Amino acid sequence: MKSKTRLNQRRNIYGWLFLIPAVVLIATMSFAPAVSALITSFKTGNGADLHFGGLKNYSRILKDAVFVQSIKNCFFYLIIQVPIMLILALILASMLNNNKLRFKGIMRTCIFLPCATSLVAYSIIFRTLFATDGFVNLVATKLHIISEPYNFLAHPTSAKIVIIIALVWRWTGYNMVFYLAGLQNIEYSVYEAAKIDGASALQTFLRITIPLLKPTILLTAIMSTNGTLQLFDESVNLTNGGPSNASITMSHYIYNQAFQGVPKFGYTSAMSFVILFLVAILAAVQLKVGDKRD
Amino acid sequence: MTEKNKLIIQYIVLIFASVISVFPLVWMMIAATNRTVDIIAGKLTFGTQLVTNYNNLIANQDIFRGFMNSVKYSVIQTLVSILICSLAGYGFEVFHDKVKDALMALILMSMMIPFVALMIPLFRMFSSVGLLNSTLGFILPSLSTPFLIMLFRAAARSFPAEMIEAARIDGLNEFGIFFRMFIPTMRSTFAAALTVTFMNAWNNYIWPKVIMQDSKAQTLPMMISNLTSGYFTDYGALMLAVLITTLPTAVLFLALQKNFAEGITGAVK
Repeated sequence: MKSKTRLNQRRNIYGWLFLIPAVVLIATMSFAPAVSALITSFKTGNGADLHFGGLKNYSRILKDAVFVQSIKNCFFYLIIQVPIMLILALILASMLNNNKLRFKGIMRTCIFLPCATSLVAYSIIFRTLFATDGFVNLVATKLHIISEPYNFLAHPTSAKIVIIIALVWRWTGYNMVFYLAGLQNIEYSVYEAAKIDGASALQTFLRITIPLLKPTILLTAIMSTNGTLQLFDESVNLTNGGPSNASITMSHYIYNQAFQGVPKFGYTSAMSFVILFLVAILAAVQLKVGDKRD
Repeated sequence: MTEKNKLIIQYIVLIFASVISVFPLVWMMIAATNRTVDIIAGKLTFGTQLVTNYNNLIANQDIFRGFMNSVKYSVIQTLVSILICSLAGYGFEVFHDKVKDALMALILMSMMIPFVALMIPLFRMFSSVGLLNSTLGFILPSLSTPFLIMLFRAAARSFPAEMIEAARIDGLNEFGIFFRMFIPTMRSTFAAALTVTFMNAWNNYIWPKVIMQDSKAQTLPMMISNLTSGYFTDYGALMLAVLITTLPTAVLFLALQKNFAEGITGAVK
C-alpha cells in the first residue's frame, strides 16, 4: 500500500513534468500580459509616460466615434456573415454525406481549399478581383448588369459586403469539415430509417442533422464569433478600413492607435478589454442557448 | 421530387460551390503568368510572363529573403509547439487530478483573450529584452496554444489505458511511453496538428507586423501586404507574390488533408 502511494506520487511528479513547459508559457505569454494590459488600461498618457487615470480610458471609448464605428462594423460582419457561412457549411456537409454521391473526395477538397490560403493573400486576391479595373467589374459590365465599373471598395456598404463575401469564401469549407466529422459519428442507418418513414430532405435536415450536430454547431459558432470580433488581416489588406473607417474592425483600429503615430497604450489596452468582454459575453450566451434546446 | 432529381440538384450545388471555391485561386495563378494589361482585359488563359513578373517582383521586394524568413519561423514554431503541446495534452489526460483539471479549464479560458490585448504588453516586454526582429520573438507567444493542448488531450483519451499499464510493467518510463508508443500511434493527430500549426505560423500577420521592424526580418505576408500599400499596380507581379505565399501551405494541406480531417474528428468527439 505504502509503495503504491509512493508510486502515485512519482507519477504525479512525472505528470507535472509533462505540463510545465506549456503551463509556464501560457502563464507568461497570455495571463501575465493580460493582467498587465488590464492595469495599463487604467493609465493615461502617451508612450512610456503613463500615470494612473482611473476609468478615464473607458469613458473615452464611448465618445470615440471611430471605435464605436468599428464595434458596429464587427457586429455587422458577425450578424450577417456567420449565419450565412454556418448554414452554407451545414448544407454542403449534409450533401457531401450522401453515400450515393460520386467524386465526393475531389469536391470536398475543392470546397476546403480556400482555407489553405493565407489571410493576407486572399484579402489581396479579393481586393484585386473587386477593384474598379478588376475581374468582377469586367464581367458585370460585359453582362450589362452595371453600365460602368463600380468602385466597390470606395462605398461603405459595398466595401463591407466585399469583406463578407471574402470571409464566406475563406471559411465555409473550414466549418464544413467540422460538420463532416460530426456527421460521420451519426449512423447512416438513421438516415435510411428516416427515408423509409417518408421524411422529406428538409425534415431530415431539420430534425436529424441539426439536433445531432448541435455540439459541433455550438463549437463552430463560438469559434466564428471569436474570430469575427478579432478580424484584422482583412480590414488592413482588403479595404484598409476604408472608405474613411466605414469597414474598419476593432483590432485594426486598436493596432493603428497603438503603433501608428504616438502610442496610446493605456487607451488601446482599454479598447482591447472591450473585445474581451464582448467575446466572453457572447460565448456565455451561446453556451446558454446551446444548452437550452436539450 | 424523385430520387434522381434530388441527386442532380446536389451535384449542381456542390459543383457550383467547388467552382466558386477554386476560381479565385486559379485566377490568381493565371494572373501570375500574365501582363497587367491582359489581366485587366480579363484574359483567362495562362500566359508567358512568369519570368518578367518575377523580375518586377524582386526589383520591388526581397521576396526570397521573406520566403526564407517565413520558412525558418514557421518550421521552428511548428516543431517546438507540437512537442510542448502534445506533452501537455497527454499529461493533462493521463495524469489528471483535480488540480490539473482546474488548470486545464483555466487554459481553455485563455482562448477568449483577444490577441490585441496581449500585443502591447508583449511588445514592451520583448523590446526591453531585445527579442524584436528575432525568431524567438516570433515564436514565443504562440508556442503553447489551448487549441493544440485540447487536440492532444482528446487524442490521449482514445489511447488505451491498458497499453500504458502494459508498457509500465515492461519497465518503460513515462516519457518512453509517450515517445515510443503515443507518438507512433497518434500519427494522424500529429499530422493535423502539424497542418494547423504550420498554417497559423506561416499566415501570422499582426504579430510579425508588430515586432519585425527591420525589413530584413520581414515575413512573406508582410511583404505582399507592403506591395499593395504603395502605388504598386503591377497585378501580374502582385499575384505571383500571392502565389508564392500560398504554395507552401496549399501543398502541405493537400498532402495531409486526410489526416487533418481524421485528427479534427478526434477533437470534435
